[in-house]
Amino acid sequence: MDAVIRVENLTHTYSVGTPFEKTAIHNINVNFYPGELVAVIGHTGSGKSTFMQHMNGLLAPTSGHVYCDGEDIFATKEATRDVRFKVGLVFQYPEYQLFEETVYKDIAFGPKNMKLSADEIDERVREAAGFVGLSEELFERSPLELSGGQKRRIAIAGVIAMRPKVLILDEPTAGLDPGGCEGIIKNILDYRERTGSTVLLVTHSMDDAARIADRLVVFHEGSIAMDGTPDAVFSHPTELTAMGLDVPQAAAIAQALRERGVSLPQSIYTLEQLKAALVPLRKGEN
Amino acid sequence: MLKDITLGQYFPGDTIIHKLDPRTKLILVIVFIVALFLAVDWISYAFMFVVTALCVKVSTIKLKSILKGLKPLIFIIVFTGILNLFYTQGGTVLFDWWIFTISTAGIKRAFLMIVRIMLLITGTFLLTYTTSPIALTDGLEMLLNPLKKIKVPVHEMSMIMSMALRFIPTLIEETDKIMSAQKARGADFSTGKITERAKALLPLLVPLFVSSFRRADELAVAMESRCYHGGEGRTRMNALHMARRDYLAFLAGAIVLGGMIAMNIYGI
Repeated sequence: MDAVIRVENLTHTYSVGTPFEKTAIHNINVNFYPGELVAVIGHTGSGKSTFMQHMNGLLAPTSGHVYCDGEDIFATKEATRDVRFKVGLVFQYPEYQLFEETVYKDIAFGPKNMKLSADEIDERVREAAGFVGLSEELFERSPLELSGGQKRRIAIAGVIAMRPKVLILDEPTAGLDPGGCEGIIKNILDYRERTGSTVLLVTHSMDDAARIADRLVVFHEGSIAMDGTPDAVFSHPTELTAMGLDVPQAAAIAQALRERGVSLPQSIYTLEQLKAALVPLRKGEN
Repeated sequence: MLKDITLGQYFPGDTIIHKLDPRTKLILVIVFIVALFLAVDWISYAFMFVVTALCVKVSTIKLKSILKGLKPLIFIIVFTGILNLFYTQGGTVLFDWWIFTISTAGIKRAFLMIVRIMLLITGTFLLTYTTSPIALTDGLEMLLNPLKKIKVPVHEMSMIMSMALRFIPTLIEETDKIMSAQKARGADFSTGKITERAKALLPLLVPLFVSSFRRADELAVAMESRCYHGGEGRTRMNALHMARRDYLAFLAGAIVLGGMIAMNIYGI
């Protein structure tokens, strides 16, 4: 299958030629395929945010290339601008970017910049609001007077409304209560199922990553340290800990049980898998 | 991007000039300016040039950074040079056409004026390049302390100034972030007619204002909950101390000033 995003030898250095020069990411090669849900994990400062901002051309690489649908996104100015609509990027704490008088207008900002017709914009706004579970009664309210969770949904809808082929979310659940987190994760899964888009999810939560991702990409000190299925990645708990990352809680419990002599299979990293492995054991005792 | 702007223009370092008390540096910059304006002829200008070059060398600030700082002021420098070139009388006339006259005296004066402005800028830049903005406001506050006697709110003014300085990087970072977020939604800040561009700033300014007010509010609450009540009886975490190097610096400053006064009297 052809990659939707292909990254070749990507390096980015901040503040070149000043005393503050710092290489954030170094020689990165990675491909993302259509329909994948990839969790990008890494410690703070591991370069994952810098990396993400290259995917839609917000940051230009110091060296290397990024191809979207086989086209170099930094080849021309037009290409860089077009890719903004193909690759939707939701920043961390996106609620701080809301600015319009009404929720409707704020969601319509992206599609309007795409110079779409009024009907098309209307359709997309309603569709995007549907994906994130915003009721149409809120459309005429000011986004600034809504709750934090709702604001975040509006901001996410604002990006989804551009119908990007690839949706990138940077810590979409940061700072929300457990109910809010669950809601956003569910919205993202729904969205992906119904549109078949590629989703890249930057997250700190290993449990979320284990539960929903098809593939994990682990950043460490500006390079990709691991890239594989959750099975493959979470079977290296010592390496993960060395990088300042956790393993999912279920994997940690399974490991602790193994150390106490309970025989469990290796690939356990979600609560469901743990339950499936433990329940038969109890029945066996009885 | 925005982050590359050297605002406050502080370059951290570990030289004697970096370590001097900010009060010393502020006073010496004034001394430097006075001395520079006492210069009249080749020798005194050369002397000031050597003094400035020496300070730059000791501070280990790269020449490139200084030249970068001079760049925005190039218009003023060139303008002053041209004015002096055409409007100085005396010496041999080399060129005369309509109202434009160039004489040897004009060339000399234009050259010296350009040198003076460049030295002036370099000297003051040296202050901001080697002193952190916070140290600078602290020093300024202490130097202006006597004004409290005539009810000038020195502490409040310096508090406002240091807070403003403290929040410049934060606001730049915030602006950068919001700009990126809006660009990710296809906003275009760099092309279009001037009216379009002004309109394009709205998605940037509204969130920025909202978050500035939120920040100001949070900061006020945080300060009050730590019992901030103004300058009365407030002590400092990093009290400023005059050390031996400061007295040495003052001595050096006095020698330079004395030398310049002498040269001024002899007109060299």
